[in-house]
Amino acid sequence: MHSLVQLILLPPLFVAAFNGMMGLFAPGYRKNEWLIGGLATAAVVVPFAVTVSIFLGVHGEAEVVRYFTWMAAGQLEVDFAYRIDPLSLLMTLIVTGVGALIHLYSIGYMHEDPGFWRFFAYLNLFIFAMLNLVLAENLPVLFLGWEGVGLCSYLLIGFWYADLKNSAAANKAFIVNRIGDFAFLLAMFILFAAVTGRTDGAFGLDFTTLLSADTLGALGSGTILAVVLLFFVGATGKSAQIPLFVWLPDAMAGPTPVSALIHAATMVTSGLYLLARLSPMVLEAPGAMAVIAVVGALTAIMAATIAITQNDIKKVLAYSTVSQLGFMFMAAGVGAFFVSIFHVMTHAFFKACLFLGSGSVIHAMHHVEHELAHKGRIPHHHKPGSDQAHLDSEATQDPLRTDPLPYDGPFDAQDMRTMGGLRKYMPTTALTFLVATLAIAGIPPLAGFFSKDEILFMAFQHGYNDHAWAYLVWGIGIVTAILTAVYMGRAYFLTFEGRERWPDAFDTKPHESPWTMTLPLVVLAVLSVVGGFFGVPALLHEALPFLPESWIHHWLGADYGGPVAEPHYERHVPHATEWMLLGLGAAIAVAGVFIAWTQWGRRGLDADRALSRRLGLFFGLFSRKYFVDEIYDGAVVRPVVEGSRNVLAPFDQKNVDGAVNGVARMMRGLAGRLRVVQTGVVQNYALALVLGVVVVVALMLFV
Amino acid sequence: MELTLNWYLSLSAVLFTIGVLGVLLRRNAIVILLAVELMLNAVNLTLVALSQSFGDVDGQILVFFVMSVAAAEAAVGLAIVIAIYRNKLTVNVDEINLFRG
Repeated sequence: MHSLVQLILLPPLFVAAFNGMMGLFAPGYRKNEWLIGGLATAAVVVPFAVTVSIFLGVHGEAEVVRYFTWMAAGQLEVDFAYRIDPLSLLMTLIVTGVGALIHLYSIGYMHEDPGFWRFFAYLNLFIFAMLNLVLAENLPVLFLGWEGVGLCSYLLIGFWYADLKNSAAANKAFIVNRIGDFAFLLAMFILFAAVTGRTDGAFGLDFTTLLSADTLGALGSGTILAVVLLFFVGATGKSAQIPLFVWLPDAMAGPTPVSALIHAATMVTSGLYLLARLSPMVLEAPGAMAVIAVVGALTAIMAATIAITQNDIKKVLAYSTVSQLGFMFMAAGVGAFFVSIFHVMTHAFFKACLFLGSGSVIHAMHHVEHELAHKGRIPHHHKPGSDQAHLDSEATQDPLRTDPLPYDGPFDAQDMRTMGGLRKYMPTTALTFLVATLAIAGIPPLAGFFSKDEILFMAFQHGYNDHAWAYLVWGIGIVTAILTAVYMGRAYFLTFEGRERWPDAFDTKPHESPWTMTLPLVVLAVLSVVGGFFGVPALLHEALPFLPESWIHHWLGADYGGPVAEPHYERHVPHATEWMLLGLGAAIAVAGVFIAWTQWGRRGLDADRALSRRLGLFFGLFSRKYFVDEIYDGAVVRPVVEGSRNVLAPFDQKNVDGAVNGVARMMRGLAGRLRVVQTGVVQNYALALVLGVVVVVALMLFV
Repeated sequence: MELTLNWYLSLSAVLFTIGVLGVLLRRNAIVILLAVELMLNAVNLTLVALSQSFGDVDGQILVFFVMSVAAAEAAVGLAIVIAIYRNKLTVNVDEINLFRG
């Protein structure tokens, strides 16, 4: 096991270092795209294979593998130790499995990009950090991975750093995450102080000790509440919930594989993993759980309302991710941690499929854009820093010859208003996108139906057991589910159905993407179909015994010996109600997709106009993202920047620099005055010598 | 009045002090060298007196060493004074302050 875990963790790190160093110091290496991409993909496939082999053998009992001591100071003793149990293995499978597919996809997507080698180095580094996060046995190693994925997210969002907008987005992601990280650190400090206050031995914040009944019983309920809330704040940063979700839509500035891997399938689920890992502790803080569920619900519906109004296909998916993460937090908040992990898994499948599909579309629309620019139908759009301007003839810049676009600014390959009818040209992409859309909408028997329905049912059951607020959460979840089906259907229909809306559509046609991009799409679409069957609820299993009973529950749930704690309910929702809820879930999914079809499938962009009319002022609120960015800018960013500029900067220049310079000036003055001793006259020196002798002799004689 | 040891030591101390004062206060480099010689001779006197008083001849042997060293040092010192004179045309030590800070 010792060496197997090394085989999981080390390949991504080594290949990242190799690709990075070779790419940096041997410019000739950068052209071997297949070598770089192949090595990088292999570095993720190997851990996947190893994990599969371990997974098939392990049940229940956790195994801890210890490597070497990291920090030893006083009562703190932290080792690099990793934990093999069903939860960490499942997360590792998701990370490496989906990660490997995305690595393969990136070989096609990043073709001919000058930073190809850098991209794969960063991607592998990300995988390494994420594996540290999910396999960690103690909180410091988890935090190491936590920060590591934040770093890689920053590097990858700002990958095309020459455009300052991308760098700004990367900064935003990192800074907002930092706030959450601060809360995480505080929680660790409180835990350490609380535990070491009671015992004398060394403590390394490891899960075995931390989650044992003794430790949890010894910590006061106030401490546990504070710690869980702080960890939740950390989770809101990493998993983009209110109030720290603002970085995720901006993060779409990065290449699409990054959005798929980091901001859909893996990094953003770290918060959920943290809560699931700490589930025994979270269950001891019911107040915090209510907060978690309500925040999750509010985030879910807020993001869903924003998503209906967005025109950039990646922004729709970004807000969809925020919304779905809200669902997962709803599940965690009502105690159904294994259901939230189940949704993590199914979401990884269909969201990655959706993002990669959108990447395929964007790739195709870029080709369209280039062709149109060559023909002069749209003005050339120059990348910042390029010197192409002087090569354009007047004809291609003539506003009378170029076609107007439905939006301001240059042609945007990501804007759905200039897409449409792509199914004819990209059938594989269209089909996989459709499957993933139906999955996320919750159409049975695709994956999203099972996981989302379980979440809603668990919320309902929590409410049934005298937690009335959980009914509110359930209600919000139902509304959000309808909205999800609607906006995802809208995205599909606007992109792939209807008329082609870009200029010169009769002559300029996009084409399907290469196999390196379509193969992962197909695999993920298949997983979106069958992934749900890992968590078939007991009800359905009783009715249709050939369906396996919730594997997820058996793997992860504490009732079956797994690592994820579960709440215990006194009253069970009656079967009839359960069937009704199941039917309701399916019905709203179908209804949502139907609405999307009648509106955007039949009428295209006119439906957007109708929606804006119908919603009135609310449309403005939604499409402006509730003005959250503006509020933060005014309430937080501007005061800090202006305060720094007007108060701190002068203080630094006048007082701090003044003090430092003042000390220097004082020394100079002192030295100037002392310099007088150096007369250069030897007799003075001789006199000093004699006086010294006198003093010494006197001391010897009289002291 | 018996000439005891103390008399010789006192004389030696007085001679030594006069020598020190000469080194510190006189401006002419050659006079300073004279004062140094005076100091050395004072020490010689001390050594001989004590040697005679304790009956140990080691003191007188040391005097030979001191005398030879004094001679060598006087030679070297005068050579330096001559070299400085050639450069600065003065033997006034107050005027030789190239090390002034």
